[in-house]
Amino acid sequence: MKTRESTFWTWHLLAGGIILVVLGIHMAIMHLSKMLGTGGETHEVVQWTLVRMRSIDFAFAFMYVVLLGAALYHGLYGLRTIILELTLPERAEKFVSAVIVLLGFALFILGSYSTIAFYAMNGPMR
Amino acid sequence: MIEAVSVKQKEGSEGIIKTVKFKILRYDGNTMKKPRIDSFDVPIKKGTTVLDGLHYVKENLDSTLAWRYSCRMAVCGSCGMFVNSFPKLACNTQVMELEADVINLKPLPNFDIIKDLVPDLSVLFEKHRTVRPYTLRQDLGEMENPTGEFFQSIEELERYLQFTYCIKCGLCMAACPTVATDRRYLGPQSLTQAYRYSADSRDEGYADRKDIVLSPHGAFRCHFAGACSEACPKGVDPALGIQLLKRKAFAGSLGLLRSKKATRVAPQVTDAKRLQGVPDAPKRTI
Repeated sequence: MKTRESTFWTWHLLAGGIILVVLGIHMAIMHLSKMLGTGGETHEVVQWTLVRMRSIDFAFAFMYVVLLGAALYHGLYGLRTIILELTLPERAEKFVSAVIVLLGFALFILGSYSTIAFYAMNGPMR
Repeated sequence: MIEAVSVKQKEGSEGIIKTVKFKILRYDGNTMKKPRIDSFDVPIKKGTTVLDGLHYVKENLDSTLAWRYSCRMAVCGSCGMFVNSFPKLACNTQVMELEADVINLKPLPNFDIIKDLVPDLSVLFEKHRTVRPYTLRQDLGEMENPTGEFFQSIEELERYLQFTYCIKCGLCMAACPTVATDRRYLGPQSLTQAYRYSADSRDEGYADRKDIVLSPHGAFRCHFAGACSEACPKGVDPALGIQLLKRKAFAGSLGLLRSKKATRVAPQVTDAKRLQGVPDAPKRTI
C-alpha cells in the first residue's frame, strides 16, 4: 500500500528523527558541553586536538556520516518540494528530481570521503 | 475606480443601523481587460448578511452585478467569496459581525473568474472527481444489485462523519497557500474527501485512490498551514483529514497498514413485530 512518493516522504520523516537524535548529540558535544557538562568542547573556539580525537573515533565518524546522509536527504527533499510547487511541466519536474538526486549523492560522497579518509589516515587502523 | 453610487438612507429609520460601503471587484472577461472596483452604499439592519447586501445592490443600484447563490443558509456552498480578504460564505456572514464600515468583496482566489464575484469552480470538481469520491468495493454484484444495507456501527461512522459535511464551496481551496502556487496540487477539498471514503468501513477503495492521492502533487504537498480548516464554514477540518491521510500513507510505507475488508450487508430483520399504530414505510422510489 505504498507509492514512490509515500516512500520518499516516509524517509523524509525518518531522516528528521535521525537528525533530531544525531544533531542533538553533536550540539551537546560541540556547542552546549559547558552548559550540559557532556565533556566535549569547552572553549569558545573549537580545539583541533578534540576535533582530531573525535574524527579517529569510529562511533563519531559513523555518526557524522549518518548525520550527513540524513541532513542531505531531509534538506534536498524539502528543496524538491519547494521547486515542485512552482507547477513546472512534468519533464522539468523529472529533470529537477534527477539533478537533486545527483547533487545529493555528490555531496554525500564528498563529505563521507573526507570523514572516512581522515579516519583511515589517522585512526586506530593506521 | 468608479465613485460610490449612493442611495441616501436615513439611519435609524426602518431598523437601519448604519450604512456600509461595499467595494466590489467587477470583471467580465468578454468586455474588460482589467478588473475594477465599484463602491456602493448599503443600508444595514440587524442580521443583514453580505448576501442581503448584494441583493440590495442588484435590486437598487446596479442590476448588472453577478454572483452565485442558491440556498441562503450555508448548505449549497454557492456563494463563497473573498470578504475583507478572508474566504467566507456571503449568506453565512452578517455585516455587523465584520465590524467594518467598508466591506471589500472579491471572487474567491485560486480560481479563474467567470464574472464579477462568480469563480470558475470546475477545477475543484475535476480534482474532486479524480479521487473517486464514492464507495468502492470488491463485491461488484452487490454494488450493482444491492440486496440490503451495508452494516456500519456508530463508532465506524464517527471515524469519518465530520468529513461528510463538505458542501464543496471551495473556501478551503481559496484559503490554501499551496493551491495558490501549485496548480496541480489536489487541494484540501479532494484530499479530505479521499480520506473520508478511505476511512469508511464500507469502502475498499484506498488501493485505487492512493496513486492519485499520494502522487507528487497529492497529500505530501500540504504544509499544514491550517488555513483550510479556519476557512471551512462547516467545521470539516480538511487539514486534519490530510494529516490522517498522511498517517495512513506512512503506515502503508512501513507495511503497518492492516488490510481492510469492507463491512458486509447487514442481515435483514425478519422476526420484528410492528407496533400498533405505526404506518407502513413508503414504497421505494428507485
